[in-house]
Amino acid sequence: MPVKILMPALSPTMTEGKLAKWLVGEGEEVNSGDVIAEIETDKATMEVEAVEEGKLAKILVPEGTEGVAVNNVIAVLLEEGEDDAALDGVDVSAPPTGGNGGTPPASSEPSAPAPTAPSAPARQPTVPTAPAAAPQPAAAGGGQGGRIIASPLARRMASQAGIDLSGVNGTGPNGRIVKADVEAAIAGGTSAPAAAAPAPSAATAAPTTAEKLPFEPEFELEALSTMRKTIARRLTESKQQVPHFYLSVDCEIDELLALRKTLNDKGDGAYKLSVNDLVIKAAAIALRRVPKANASWTDEGVKLYKSADIAVAVAIEGGLITPVVRQADNKGLEAISGEMKELSTRAREGKLGPEEYQGGTFSISNLGMYGVKEFSAVINPPQACILAVGAGEQRPVVKDGALAVATVMTCTLSVDHRAVDGAIGAEYLGAFKTLIEDPLNMLL
Amino acid sequence: MAEQKFDLIVVGGGPGGYVAAIRAAQLGMKAALVEANHLGGICLNWGCIPTKALLRTAEVYRNIQHADAYGISVQGASVDLKKVVERSRKVAAQLNGGVGHLLKKNKVAVFDGWGKLAGGPAGAKKLSVEKDGKKIADLVAPHIVLATGARARALPGLEPDGKLIWTYKEAMVPEAMPKSILVVGSGAIGIEFASFYRNLSVDVTVVEVLNRILPVEDEEISAFAQKAFEKDGMKIRTGAQVKTLKKKDNSVTATIEKGGKSEDITVERVILAVGIVGNVEDIGIDGTKVKVDRGHIETNQWLETGEPGIYAIGDVTGPPWLAHKASHEGIICVEKIKGEKDVHPLNTSNVPGCTYCLPQVASVGMTESKAKEAGHEVRVGRFPFMGNGKAIALGEPEGLVKTIFDAKTGELLGAHMIGAEVTELIQGYGIARTLETTEKELMHTIFPHPTLSEMMHESVLDAYGKAIHF
Repeated sequence: MPVKILMPALSPTMTEGKLAKWLVGEGEEVNSGDVIAEIETDKATMEVEAVEEGKLAKILVPEGTEGVAVNNVIAVLLEEGEDDAALDGVDVSAPPTGGNGGTPPASSEPSAPAPTAPSAPARQPTVPTAPAAAPQPAAAGGGQGGRIIASPLARRMASQAGIDLSGVNGTGPNGRIVKADVEAAIAGGTSAPAAAAPAPSAATAAPTTAEKLPFEPEFELEALSTMRKTIARRLTESKQQVPHFYLSVDCEIDELLALRKTLNDKGDGAYKLSVNDLVIKAAAIALRRVPKANASWTDEGVKLYKSADIAVAVAIEGGLITPVVRQADNKGLEAISGEMKELSTRAREGKLGPEEYQGGTFSISNLGMYGVKEFSAVINPPQACILAVGAGEQRPVVKDGALAVATVMTCTLSVDHRAVDGAIGAEYLGAFKTLIEDPLNMLL
Repeated sequence: MAEQKFDLIVVGGGPGGYVAAIRAAQLGMKAALVEANHLGGICLNWGCIPTKALLRTAEVYRNIQHADAYGISVQGASVDLKKVVERSRKVAAQLNGGVGHLLKKNKVAVFDGWGKLAGGPAGAKKLSVEKDGKKIADLVAPHIVLATGARARALPGLEPDGKLIWTYKEAMVPEAMPKSILVVGSGAIGIEFASFYRNLSVDVTVVEVLNRILPVEDEEISAFAQKAFEKDGMKIRTGAQVKTLKKKDNSVTATIEKGGKSEDITVERVILAVGIVGNVEDIGIDGTKVKVDRGHIETNQWLETGEPGIYAIGDVTGPPWLAHKASHEGIICVEKIKGEKDVHPLNTSNVPGCTYCLPQVASVGMTESKAKEAGHEVRVGRFPFMGNGKAIALGEPEGLVKTIFDAKTGELLGAHMIGAEVTELIQGYGIARTLETTEKELMHTIFPHPTLSEMMHESVLDAYGKAIHF
């Protein structure tokens, strides 16, 4: 039975998009998981994967078509053993989306040689790979759910002035962006310049001008990418709304380094564990031991997560993103290490899907490789805790009343006091320290 | 006298005041309304409503005179002035009762008397209410809304006497039909009376000091109106000033100066319609921080006066002196006091204006010249009633729908209409302006056929060179 490939919704709010490119031509065979097309929305470019294997029999929406509605049939796939005749019975109209209307299925043609199929089952391709926009973006750009509510006049004025409405504050009924808001944005320069074209991933707009302050030296204005705006918005919210407190602990990591060496030697090149991989594992196990630290504040209650999903900050071109190692407490070090490598690589290529960078329960930010001794990280909402990991360095320590040298790594936990109190935070950090300093505990 | 405590007191029961009081009650506030004369105020009792009843008579009479054109022969039609006035009063009385009922239904305490601010304890304001010189109540509330309205303005040498020289009030209840009338002032009030009397065959002369009648309207509309009125036999003197009025037993001789030349005309009655002035006297604002500028109380965008806890809405706050503006301000004021979300200041450029002369005039937003003065590059669309099927079928082929757009943004800057029923049409453009549509949305709107409203569509199309039927 021919399989209809539908225009996928790349986000809950997407209603239409541009079919940017077909990567497979008519008549070509595809396997499940093959990337068959690229879709562009105002936010990002995404790849469409085939969910079935078969032959791409017919492309119904040519590449370059803009405004393709979600759930429109964009192509038809023939399964093994079917020939083109099977296409005759396929209704290529969009399935009904609501209660009314919807196109009736085309009746099958009696003259078709092959037994005519009833309407093909519609299957949405999955959309796994999304070039990341920002760390955990809930809904990037203006308002909840991503839809910008603005008057037609405000839209036109904004587009003429090159103003991105996602950065404009609406003062009309129900927060609608009205003419006056756009005028204020133009006058105040409060809004970011809009990207010239629907920008794939985190592309930036052409730099524009900004007001030069008195005695300010010459500068070049770097336009704000979607990611930069999201980082700015989320972290400003975090610092303004989340009551942070900070707990620091020094961890001696000589044993951990020794264990790492032993394990890496055993692996004989098959894997190469980093200190960070061990830190991820320790942080996750510590969460299991102090589950109250694995939390998130909401107005309705404190969410206590049942899984230790560790988000790890990865610096990428133009910003950062936090891919998530799910259930890191249950994963072996080799698995964590492999996953981390793979996630960082794809993060740098801008190819993480939302499910890969959203929904972590605890974050780690490690600046040790830059030689940073210690620092405090900004909490990554809605998570309650983030662990800032400094460099492991040899320091003098006092052991049994005598001076000794140990490799010490300072870790600072930033905690959302609404969800996690000082004692819990301290308990967590204690558990973490125990695991790091005596890493064989992780095996238990 | 024991003080009665309220959450909010409104002084004045016109379309601003009673609406404010009802809204306050709806929001759960204990509200009081103090009114010295009639619930419904001038609008309902001596303004908008009774004049519409009179003008309806004028329209019916006019149609009867043209009955032949519709294939109906009518003989001996005549106007019974007493019945005309009676009907107008009955309409007002019916609605006056309706307002009383609405207030009661919403549990607004109504005090029949004259309200006057009288200091008050900390954090509250006191209002003493008098009736026939006797104090009948002391009311206390943290918020008092002044909605005392306005009255006809008198100019030196042009004082009304209620007999020969009328204001709107006498003009509304004539005992006998004068043979001739001089109307001083050609704003909405003056023109409506001029149109009413002219259509009942009175010899009407209108004098306007500015260079055109209906001076707040678009120039093109003013010119169109003047032509239409003159065609009906109205005499119009623009750029002219009434210098003196000399009264005799049953006539007045007016000296009119125009372009350095003097002219005397003698008429039976004079109607003064030279603007209105706020009722700010004897309401106890002296000694408070309430500021009065040229007869009107000053407020900010939330209708707050300079005195904390004292608010003012409607005509007493200045132009546009329109009932719907007063009502809207009443709601904004009360919702802001109550701390409601999503309250927005009134945008006066979105207040439509309607004049119920024959032909009617209606507008919203900027005139063409105001738009240009404001620096807009404009696109103007026009569509004549002559090109509209419904207008022809109605036998109303005279009129114009004019739209003004910002050439760059497509903003509907203003809309100006003259002709049959345009007062019922203008709200379409009002919605467009409030929603901030551009020409695109208006063009994409489907207007039903056959209606006069199709002209609103065509006018927009014409602004962009796309009109179909003209």
